[in-house]
Amino acid sequence: MRFVFKTSYDADISLFKHRAQAVWYGLLLLLVLATPLYFVAIGDAYLLGEITGILILAIAGMGLMLLTGHTGLPSLGHATFMAFGCYININMLGAGVPWVIAFPLSGLIAGVLGTMIALPVLRLHGVYLALATLAMSMLTSDFVVIAEPWTGGIAGAAVPDINIFGMEINRYSTPYKFYYLVLFVAILLVWFYRNLLRTPTGRSFTAIRDSEISARAMGINLTRTKAMSFFLSATAAGLAGALFGHSAGYVTNETFDLVMSITLLLMIVIGGLGFIHGAFFGAIVVGIIPVAIANGRSFLQSTFDMNVNVPGLESALFAFILICFILFEPMGLYGRWLKIRTYFELFPFYRKDMFKRQKSYLKTDRVQ
Amino acid sequence: MDFLQLVISGLANGCVYGLIALGFVLIYKATEAVNFAQGDFMMLGAFVCIGFTNHEYMGLNFWLAVPLSILVMGILGYLFNWGILRHMFGQSQTSIVILTIAMGFIIRFFAGAIWSHEPTSLETPFAGQEIRSGGLVLGIDEVLIVVVTAVLTLAFYLFFSRTRIGLAMQAASQNQLAAYYMGIPVKRIHSLVWGLSGMVAAVAGILFASKGAIDPSTGLLGIKAFAAAAIGGFGSLPGALLGGLIIGLVEPLASRYGPPGISQIAPYAILLLILIFRPGGIFSQTQRKKV
Repeated sequence: MRFVFKTSYDADISLFKHRAQAVWYGLLLLLVLATPLYFVAIGDAYLLGEITGILILAIAGMGLMLLTGHTGLPSLGHATFMAFGCYININMLGAGVPWVIAFPLSGLIAGVLGTMIALPVLRLHGVYLALATLAMSMLTSDFVVIAEPWTGGIAGAAVPDINIFGMEINRYSTPYKFYYLVLFVAILLVWFYRNLLRTPTGRSFTAIRDSEISARAMGINLTRTKAMSFFLSATAAGLAGALFGHSAGYVTNETFDLVMSITLLLMIVIGGLGFIHGAFFGAIVVGIIPVAIANGRSFLQSTFDMNVNVPGLESALFAFILICFILFEPMGLYGRWLKIRTYFELFPFYRKDMFKRQKSYLKTDRVQ
Repeated sequence: MDFLQLVISGLANGCVYGLIALGFVLIYKATEAVNFAQGDFMMLGAFVCIGFTNHEYMGLNFWLAVPLSILVMGILGYLFNWGILRHMFGQSQTSIVILTIAMGFIIRFFAGAIWSHEPTSLETPFAGQEIRSGGLVLGIDEVLIVVVTAVLTLAFYLFFSRTRIGLAMQAASQNQLAAYYMGIPVKRIHSLVWGLSGMVAAVAGILFASKGAIDPSTGLLGIKAFAAAAIGGFGSLPGALLGGLIIGLVEPLASRYGPPGISQIAPYAILLLILIFRPGGIFSQTQRKKV
């Protein structure tokens, strides 16, 4: 058992709760930094590309996590912001803007555009936001086709290579550099996110999630804070979109579709709503499941001669896992880990209902 | 004449949207849950009826198959709430939204696995029959859709304002705790509402499939129905129908008279405009919570 004695107010908002935690995160950092060494040793960087893809998903997931997990606003349209980021990045690179400027700008512009779209709806109940973002997600493909001069329409657009002060980075020819670049962005965002949650702004996000009424009673400007959250969230999604473009190499009007938006949402729910870790855990699950399904399929085919090539099986399986998580483990993978950890930390004093939420009854938001 | 023809087929489409939106609003009104799988319920209802009616499946009489499939969908809706959604009681809206979306994927998968992904249409006794009057050609299916929708609307109005159980549903929707205190079995009421909306979905699906072909991804049509519900004002039954009619009318007219590509965008554009200028919808039911 460990007792953490707080001796100053700063301890409440310190980055790490105690020294052991700092050590563990340090080790994790070393591990992710050293991962490419393993692939250099085996001389095959295919899996590293997959890991990079997971990191990119996690960046987008962090964006959505801030909005859905920490501010309590559901969005079914984050793939659209990724599309914004991706296409803006492509166009700026095409116009000769250096990557170091184009990349952050593509995130910021995606953030501004996203906020402009969401602003009218933010005043309303969460369901309306879900609807508006869903509609937006449905329209993304149509708009990509309409904006053909910038997006290449149905034919698609090739994504130029990254060039940082003369250093060429391409997913296939220099996978290690690309991995470190994505890792750098991810760590930077985690750091920013973690710090944000310690600031008054971050705390007001959580206050809005827990109760809009009490948040307002405490003097939080709901619309402005929600818009802020939306901006930051869409910015992260835009950055992820730009990186996704570089990783895919080629994007069409079907790249950023509704399924992608829903996958992102699914990811953060499985990972654990309301935890930064959740975005990463979810991304790992989402990255692994298709591989697992493909392996399971070929296993069934080779050993039992069963053909399980049913269309839609993948998304149905995703959906099934998602339903199981929502029903049986609403706190997601990270929540499960928290429970296990608490069990051992408090051994033998862990109680079964420690994480149980109080039952609440609904009162309508409509007034009859 | 051309214009009138478009309006009538638009009305028929709009009624289907309206009916999906109706099932969606029923659930929202009574349980505050948003069922993003309503479109897939509609699709499933249509396929259940196809499974009963079409000769390559069971080949039952159409007039026997229709009540049967409505009943099946009602039971499915009831069971869905009883088995899954009831356990979500009191959890956040977001998780319910995600849950129903996931449910939609599963329904789509099963429908595709059972009835294949090929577009299929319902074999109805009135398929292809027309009413001609003064240069106007009306399909019986289209007329039937409009009539059935009107009858259903009236029935719902009477149900909610006159019957005990309808009033209990209204009470449960306004304040769950108070409804409990008044002795209303809120949980069972919720399940009943889900059953009811499953039945409405079945009706919508049957009407849709009798008019044209349906395939598992038709469930995505539900998104237009949500737009309809939001245009009409969430939680308003007449609003849902009106919203459906507006979208149904705008689509064919926009594709006929507007620039290409506009007809796909138009419903959502209207939705966004309504959300910006009249956020609560046409029949607004929401008021801001005041501190």
